[in-house]
Amino acid sequence: MAQNYFSRLLEGLSRTREAISGVFIGRQVLDASFLLDLEEALILSDVGHETTEVLINKLKQRARPGMNLKALVREEIAGLLNQQPWRIELPPDALAVILVVGVNGTGKTTSAGKMAHLFRVEGRKPLLAAADTFRAAAGEQLEIWAKRAGVDCVRHREGADPAAVVFDAISAARHRGADLVIADTAGRLHTKTNLMEELRKIRRVVEREVPGAPNETLLVLDATTGQNGLAQAEVFQQMLNITGIVLTKMDGTAKGGVVLAIAHKMGLPVKLVGVGEKLEDLLYFDPHAFAESLVQ
Amino acid sequence: MFSNLASRLADTFKRLRGMGKLTEADVDRALREVRLSLLEADVNFHVVRDFIKKVRERAVGQEVMASLTPGQQVVKIVYEELTRLMGSTKSGLNLSGNPPAVIMLVGLQGSGKTTTAAKLGLHLRKSGRSVMLAACDTYRPAAQDQLARVGEKAGIPTYGVGVAKDPVAIAREAVVEARRLGKDTLIVDTAGRLHVDEVLMDELSRMKQAVNPKEVLLVCDAMTGQDAVNLAQAFSEQLGIDGVILTKLDGDARGGAALSLRAVTGRPVKYVGVGEKLEALEPFHPDRMAGRILGMGDVLTLIERAEETFNAEQARKMEQKLRKQQFTLEDFLEQLKHIKRMGPLDQILGMIPGFSGNRALSKVDVDPKELIRIEAIINSMTRQERENPAIINGSRRKRIAAGSGTRVQDVNKLLRQYSEITKMMKQLSSVEKNLKRGKFPFM
Ligand SMILES: Nc1nc2c(ncn2[C@@H]2O[C@H](COP(=O)(O)OP(=O)(O)O)[C@@H](O)[C@H]2O)c(=O)[nH]1
Ligand SMILES: [Mg+2]
Repeated sequence: MAQNYFSRLLEGLSRTREAISGVFIGRQVLDASFLLDLEEALILSDVGHETTEVLINKLKQRARPGMNLKALVREEIAGLLNQQPWRIELPPDALAVILVVGVNGTGKTTSAGKMAHLFRVEGRKPLLAAADTFRAAAGEQLEIWAKRAGVDCVRHREGADPAAVVFDAISAARHRGADLVIADTAGRLHTKTNLMEELRKIRRVVEREVPGAPNETLLVLDATTGQNGLAQAEVFQQMLNITGIVLTKMDGTAKGGVVLAIAHKMGLPVKLVGVGEKLEDLLYFDPHAFAESLVQ
Repeated sequence: MFSNLASRLADTFKRLRGMGKLTEADVDRALREVRLSLLEADVNFHVVRDFIKKVRERAVGQEVMASLTPGQQVVKIVYEELTRLMGSTKSGLNLSGNPPAVIMLVGLQGSGKTTTAAKLGLHLRKSGRSVMLAACDTYRPAAQDQLARVGEKAGIPTYGVGVAKDPVAIAREAVVEARRLGKDTLIVDTAGRLHVDEVLMDELSRMKQAVNPKEVLLVCDAMTGQDAVNLAQAFSEQLGIDGVILTKLDGDARGGAALSLRAVTGRPVKYVGVGEKLEALEPFHPDRMAGRILGMGDVLTLIERAEETFNAEQARKMEQKLRKQQFTLEDFLEQLKHIKRMGPLDQILGMIPGFSGNRALSKVDVDPKELIRIEAIINSMTRQERENPAIINGSRRKRIAAGSGTRVQDVNKLLRQYSEITKMMKQLSSVEKNLKRGKFPFM
């Protein structure tokens, strides 16, 4: 299973894998030209110049003649991503709640649907809450995902209070014996303070209704995002105390390197990766597989 | 959040100015800041490299090094080259010819095509065209419903909702339907797709062939990172595009992708999306974008909005008052009302170089209730106090608070904001003057 998962993750990330490969061909010494090439490759992967510098300095300190440079770079990358637990731990016998948040269009609804499938396969009984009552037809979209995943979905009218949707979803879950509520929320730019306040209200309702919840507050980040991803993570973290990142659209050519900057600056882990538009295209994150996919 | 190039460069150049002459090493040091700033703004690595090379060639040239203000010259070159790279002038749509003129919106998943379709539709409808939308995203669940719903809000009919057949066929039928209904513009919303998805890219090519669009527009998220180059290249080579619409510019993304897109496709950015409202679509101004990417603030937009809100006479009076230091609390109240009309205050402040981080101002709350409170406080002051707030000491503050039914803290807060606004107004008027003289605000 582990091997299976690893290869599936790598396969999902296959286009990304072309990433930093050329840099290492025929390279044995950590000379200036190698470092320039590596800098270029990391920046092209959206790692950002600051974190790139940090990585390169670490390499300079550690590299000794005869060492495998590729393995070394991978180790440093995985090390950055490995500072915090990247697993999702839900209480085995109690109702759990996961909040799904992020800016517009990153893949929140899709990821919520895929998550319902992922956890159902693992033996939980999820229920989806359509707390995006803002975007036209967002509720219908989530409902279709609920059907695909074979789970229930609670939704209100467009324009309804999203906190009320979540409240209802929690009571519906208790009623119907579901043990996991996954709440999809409306996309919002992190710079819109009033909308961020709405998310805090949802969070407060969850805290009040379910002890210990939300168990996860996941920021959905699009892998094509550049350095603004850091600003997103910082603001959502400040407002909501997010617990991790879902990195979507890793099936494209974008490398999602900004998660390295986020891990470096904030220690915030990636927990799930989206690698396509099908139900099964959401996988647990693994720092080593990610490092391997970045540096092939 | 991100360090601001304007202030970083200001520091670098302040040092340089003290030294009188500019050496090549000085230029390189300054260009290093420019480079980092561009990378932070997500301009593509290779585009940055070429750009810096070009700027350096000009900057170490004779006329710059020998000029009296070499630092300013360098920034001017950076700004000019950046504007040039983005296409210098504003470019619109070409919808002439046999109606209906078809516009195809294409792009990655989640870039904002559906919302943009309705926004563009509304924009064109307001300029006198009769518009129809075609719902050709048959992949994403409920995408067609979403388009129909936003279309309805924009007062525009949508063709194809609930039709599950081949998107190319829907597009083709939509053209026929638009013609039958006498529509002169058809905006085709397509499913988001990865540029490496051969099947779906081919579908777009077939659609293009079938409906012969006047404009194929690539819709791209302003937050896109280094990958912008890859996607632009793919869409450009495999499909051919006529322009770009950059979305979600109302956030704090610096939008460096705009540069990469332009550099790679050679096609201009034509519109930018600046909000969730259907009216929030604006024509693109390369010079303003250059300022934004450099972190210089969007002074031009600010001035334009100010000009829309204040009439010339008012502005002149205010400027005189400011210059003569006669800006009173009554004027302050007046200004607050004006600024409120210019748009959300945080947005306005973000456009002013050096002001984006101003703490006291970020708390200036101009919601209607607050305005009433401020008015009450100011009305409880004597004429002398209003004209010369400096005399308002502790006991006067207590009296004013009691008189206006507020707390002393409220009075303190107002006085603090007044002094900040005075500073801001001064800065604004000097920014404007400097711009007119071709100088940059932070120099
Ligand atoms: N290729 C790919 N597309 C994705 C992935 N996740 C989401 N999407 C697509 O991105 C678009 C926006 O997703 P959606 O869930 O509606 O975003 P939301 O606005 O954040 O809820 C849709 O077209 C999804 O199919 C992914 O991992 N890979
Ligand atoms: Mg959604």
